[in-house]
Amino acid sequence: MARWGMVIDLNRCNGCQACEIACRSENNVAVGGPQAARENRTISWMRVHTETEGEWPDVRVRFVPQPCMQCDRPPCTLVCPVEATSIDREGIVSQIYARCIGCRYCANACPYTVKYFNWRRPSYPESVLPSLNPDVSVRPVGVIEKCTFCHHRLQKARDQARAENRPLREEDYVPACAESCPTGAIVFGDLDDPDQRVARLSRDPRAFRLQEGLSTQPKVYYLAEQD
Amino acid sequence: MTDLEIVSRLPQDERMLLMPLVRTTRTFWYWVMVMVAISLWGAFAYYYQLRHGLGATGLNTPEYWGIYIICFVFFIGISHAGTLISAILRVANAEWRRSITRSAEFITVLVIGFGAVQPVLDLGRPDRVLNVVLNPQPFSPLLWDIMSIGLYLTASSIYLYVPMIPDLARIRDLGLRPRLLYWFLAIGYRDTPAARAALERIIAVLAVAVIPIAVSVHTVIGWIFALTLRPMWHSAIFGPYFVVGAIFSGIAALIIAMTILRRVYNLGAYFKDIHFENMGLLLLVMAIIWFYFTFAENLTVWYGGEEAELATLYSKLIGDFAVPFWLMVAGCFVIPFTLMARRATRNVAGTTVASVAVVIGMWLERFNIVVPTSLHPRVEMQGLHYVPSWVELSIMAGTFSGFILVYMVATKFFPIISIWEIKEGREKSVEEVSERVAAYLPDDVAAVES
Repeated sequence: MARWGMVIDLNRCNGCQACEIACRSENNVAVGGPQAARENRTISWMRVHTETEGEWPDVRVRFVPQPCMQCDRPPCTLVCPVEATSIDREGIVSQIYARCIGCRYCANACPYTVKYFNWRRPSYPESVLPSLNPDVSVRPVGVIEKCTFCHHRLQKARDQARAENRPLREEDYVPACAESCPTGAIVFGDLDDPDQRVARLSRDPRAFRLQEGLSTQPKVYYLAEQD
Repeated sequence: MTDLEIVSRLPQDERMLLMPLVRTTRTFWYWVMVMVAISLWGAFAYYYQLRHGLGATGLNTPEYWGIYIICFVFFIGISHAGTLISAILRVANAEWRRSITRSAEFITVLVIGFGAVQPVLDLGRPDRVLNVVLNPQPFSPLLWDIMSIGLYLTASSIYLYVPMIPDLARIRDLGLRPRLLYWFLAIGYRDTPAARAALERIIAVLAVAVIPIAVSVHTVIGWIFALTLRPMWHSAIFGPYFVVGAIFSGIAALIIAMTILRRVYNLGAYFKDIHFENMGLLLLVMAIIWFYFTFAENLTVWYGGEEAELATLYSKLIGDFAVPFWLMVAGCFVIPFTLMARRATRNVAGTTVASVAVVIGMWLERFNIVVPTSLHPRVEMQGLHYVPSWVELSIMAGTFSGFILVYMVATKFFPIISIWEIKEGREKSVEEVSERVAAYLPDDVAAVES
C-alpha cells in the first residue's frame, strides 16, 4: 500500500506561485477577488507563505509553500461530527463536500490553517468558466474544502495502469503543484517505496516537518534552506 | 366570576402568587411589543443569512467561530442558573430556597433552547444538520455535546415540571383559564398526603440526578475547545473552569430575574432581603473561585512560555484584547467581590449591580476564549481581524429578547414562585429545622450510657 507524500525543497523555491495557480485551475478553486482578499476569505489549497527576515538593507525573504500537510494523525478528522473528513488507507485526508455541515470544527482543529471555508457561493471570472476541470466537483457555499493531493489524478492514473495491465509508476501520479513547479522544488510520490525520490529526500538531513512537536505526523516534508 | 375575582378572594400566598396569571398591566404589553420587535428583527437577520450564506457575517479565515459560538457558550452557561442551583439547594436542605427555585428552573429550561440553537445558526449548511444523526462520528466532542445538552434539556424540563404539578392542580381546581391547559398539565393530580409523599420522593431523586448531567453539559462545552491543539484552548482546566463560570453567570442571571420579578409583580414579601443576601454570598464565593481558576489558567500559560501560547496570552493581557480582558476581570471579580464582600452592599441594589457586571463579564469571558485564540493560529498570518456584522449582532439581540419574551410569557401562565412549597415551609419547616438543629447538639452523656 502506498503512503503518498511530498517533499518541498526550500532551497529551490523562488516564490513564483506557479503551484498556487496550477492548483487553482486544476481543482476549480473559487476566485473570490479583491473583496474576499479584504475579508480574509480567499481560498487557496496551496499557499506560498512569505517570511521576511532582517532589516533593510540586509533583508531576506523566505518562501514556504503550504498545501494540506496530509497528517498521518490528522486532528481535523477526529473532531468532525459527521465524518465528512477522514483519512484513507493511502494516507490522503479527504473531504466529503456533500456531507459536510459547515461547522468549521475541523478548520479550528487544524494547526496549519489549511482547511478553507466557502463563506460565499463560489464564483469564477468569465474567462475561467470554459476551462473548469470536469474531474473535480465544484463546492457549494457553506462547506469546508482542502488540498486532496489531486487524488482524482490518482484515480485516473490507476485506471490507466489497470487498462494497460501494468503497475502504477512513480511518474503516473503527480499533483498539479508538483507538475507545474519550474524549479522542481516539489517532489511527490510514495514515501514507503525506498526507490522513489520522495522517500530518499524525506530522509535527507535537511528534511523537517511543520509543527513536528504536535505529533500530527505530516506527510509533507520540507528541505531546509541553506545559506 | 372572572378569574381576577377568584384570585382576589384567595388567602395571601395564593392571591399574590397567582395574581400575575390573571392581571396584566399595560407596561407588560409594552415590553412584549419591544421584545417581539427585536426578536422579529433577529429572525429577519437569520433569513438574510440563510439567503446569503455565512458570508453575511464578519467571520473569516482563521476567525472561524465568532458571536454565535460565544453566545452558545454564554447561554448554556446561564442555563446552569436553575437546575443546578435549585438542585444543590434542595439537596442541601437550604430552607431559603423555597421562593426562588421555580424562577431559577424556568431560566434553565427556557434559555437552553436559545443556547442550543446557536451552533445551528453558525452552520454553513443548516439544511444538513440531521447528518449528525444520520452519520454520527462518535469521537467528535460536538456529538457528545449534542447528547449532553439533549439529556440536560429533558432532565431539567422534567425537573421544572414535576415540582409544579401541585400548583397546576390547584389552578385547575380554581378553574382559571385556559382550563384545558391546566387540566392537561395537572395530569389528574390530587393533593393527598400519599400523592405528596410520592411527589417529594421523585423530586429528591431528580434533584440528585440532574447535578451530574448539568456538570457534564458545560464540561463537554469546555472540551470542544480543549480537545483541539490550539494555544490557550488546549488546557485541562477548561472542563471545570467552564462549569464554574456557568454556575457563576447562572447565579447572576437568577439575581437579575429575581430583582425584576420582585419589582414588577410586587413580590418583595417573597424575594426578601435575606434571599438577596444569601444569593450575594453565593456570588461572592463563585467570584473568588472564578478568580482562582482564571489566575491558575493564565499563570500556567505564562510560566510555560510556549511561543504560540504566549502570543495569545499577551494579546489578552496587553495587546489587542486588553480592553475586553480587563473589563472581564472587572466584571467577574473586582466589582462583584468589592460589592459582595461588604454586608452593607449585599442588599438588593448591590447584588443586582454585581450581577449585571458578572453577566457582562462572563459574556466577555466567552469572547476572550473564542476570539483571541482564533486570531492567533500557529502558522504565522498577517492582517487578521474580526468585526461582527449587523447580522450577527441582530441575531444576538434577537436571542436575548426572545429569551426575555418567553420568560415574560411563562410568568403569565405559571406561578413563578412555588405556592405549595411556600405553604409547606410555613406548615412544616419551622418544626423540622428546630428538630434538625436539636439533632446536631451533643447528647446527654448520662442518658446515653444508661
